[in-house]
Amino acid sequence: MLKDIRAFFDARQVLEVETPILGSFGVTEPALNNMVVDTGADRRYLQTSPEYAMKRLLSAGSGDIYQVTRAFRGAEYGTRHNPEFSILEWYRLGMDHHDLMDEVDALLMELLSNLSLRGSKRLSYREAFQESLDIDPVLCSETTLMELASERDLLPEQSLSRDDLLDLLLSMVVAKTFPEDQLSFIYDWPVSQAALARVLPDDPACAGRFEVYLGELELANGFWELSNADEQEQRFKLDRQERELSGLPDIEADPMLLDALRQGLPECSGVALGLDRILMLRQGAATINDVLAFPWERS
Amino acid sequence: MATYSTNEFRGGLKIMLDGDPYSIIENEFVKPGKGQAFNRVKVRNLKTGRVIDKTFKSGESVEAADVLDKDMQYLYTDGEFWHFMDPDTFEQVAANETAVADAKKWLKEQDVSVMTLWNGEPLSVAPPNFVELTVTQTDPGVRGDTATGATKPAFVETGAEIKVPLFIEEGDILKIDTRTGEYVSRAK
Repeated sequence: MLKDIRAFFDARQVLEVETPILGSFGVTEPALNNMVVDTGADRRYLQTSPEYAMKRLLSAGSGDIYQVTRAFRGAEYGTRHNPEFSILEWYRLGMDHHDLMDEVDALLMELLSNLSLRGSKRLSYREAFQESLDIDPVLCSETTLMELASERDLLPEQSLSRDDLLDLLLSMVVAKTFPEDQLSFIYDWPVSQAALARVLPDDPACAGRFEVYLGELELANGFWELSNADEQEQRFKLDRQERELSGLPDIEADPMLLDALRQGLPECSGVALGLDRILMLRQGAATINDVLAFPWERS
Repeated sequence: MATYSTNEFRGGLKIMLDGDPYSIIENEFVKPGKGQAFNRVKVRNLKTGRVIDKTFKSGESVEAADVLDKDMQYLYTDGEFWHFMDPDTFEQVAANETAVADAKKWLKEQDVSVMTLWNGEPLSVAPPNFVELTVTQTDPGVRGDTATGATKPAFVETGAEIKVPLFIEEGDILKIDTRTGEYVSRAK
């Protein structure tokens, strides 16, 4: 699989890079658990993705780059999750998220050629919800979302935010309607779930983020990258506020990433792909443990 | 009060939900991209036997249920309760009809069964997979009577009725599979 990946990027003249797995700063995103390492001299964080380091390279003039590395996300464990997993991440200058989706499509069709997929379908986040739940996820009320979850017996006892409800409905209802023999590209996510994607210039309610699924299995997450340092800093602040409200540990915003953005991040799009899941599909494995030499419980 | 976090969920874990003890049958971890993670679990109510689906926000805690399985020796029944003894502590416990359920067909004095207890209260009794019971009543098998498929009904000492081969006589000791309620063989 790695040979195929390297050949793909070689042909497109994308440079392979290696960045540190340990960093002085974690990520502020409330839904991600940073793993902390005691180095003896200080505390460092295991990366949840190579994003920040690679953006610093891009700002320094690296040009198109890709990396195969390990990511670490605490408390994410299940049939498709291992807290330590392999990630392929790459960045392309001058592409928006639609252009990058074309490239992800091409790569996945190659890597998954033994599955005889019937190509891919593209739909916006709003269209996906419209098709399976008949609602507009950006405009509908929180009550409507709660009712939809409740009538399917999906509501937990704990209270959920609007985004939590959207996540619940997406993974438990909408994604389950995605075809098993076609890649589904879901693009233009609500701005509340933008992460590091830029807000769409012609639709301020949505952001240039996309995700790729095969059936309900999520394979990749990509952004038309936010390059505005002030806006990024503001998002980090909101993240930290949310952490505080939820009783999660505070994480400092990475000043080195913000500096790099101020230096100037070239217009680009980036995407991260879960390689263990690609391997699972290629081999017909039912659980991620089947493609790991030693899964979490045995390492 | 012991608690479990959703991170500890796995099949067989005993938790409290709405005041009843439940056992987790399946645990699915669901997390869209960088969004909120959920645990979708299938659980069995250990009092009623009903299986339901429940969703938890990941990271939440639930109360642990004080449920354990113990080997218990059957003593006798007074019609209302079935009395068992813990062979280690000699403590006696009384299980009601709901707890013994179908197991009561196969309980023989001195036999050891597995009892599930919640806070010391008997929830259910699982008889051993095989029991040896004496036939107390059965008609003599009439040779050549193959119209009935070469079996006849017989009652055993616990009062249960099972189908047996025609050659079985009163007083014979039978080996019975309690999971199917079927005759397996004659015991020595």
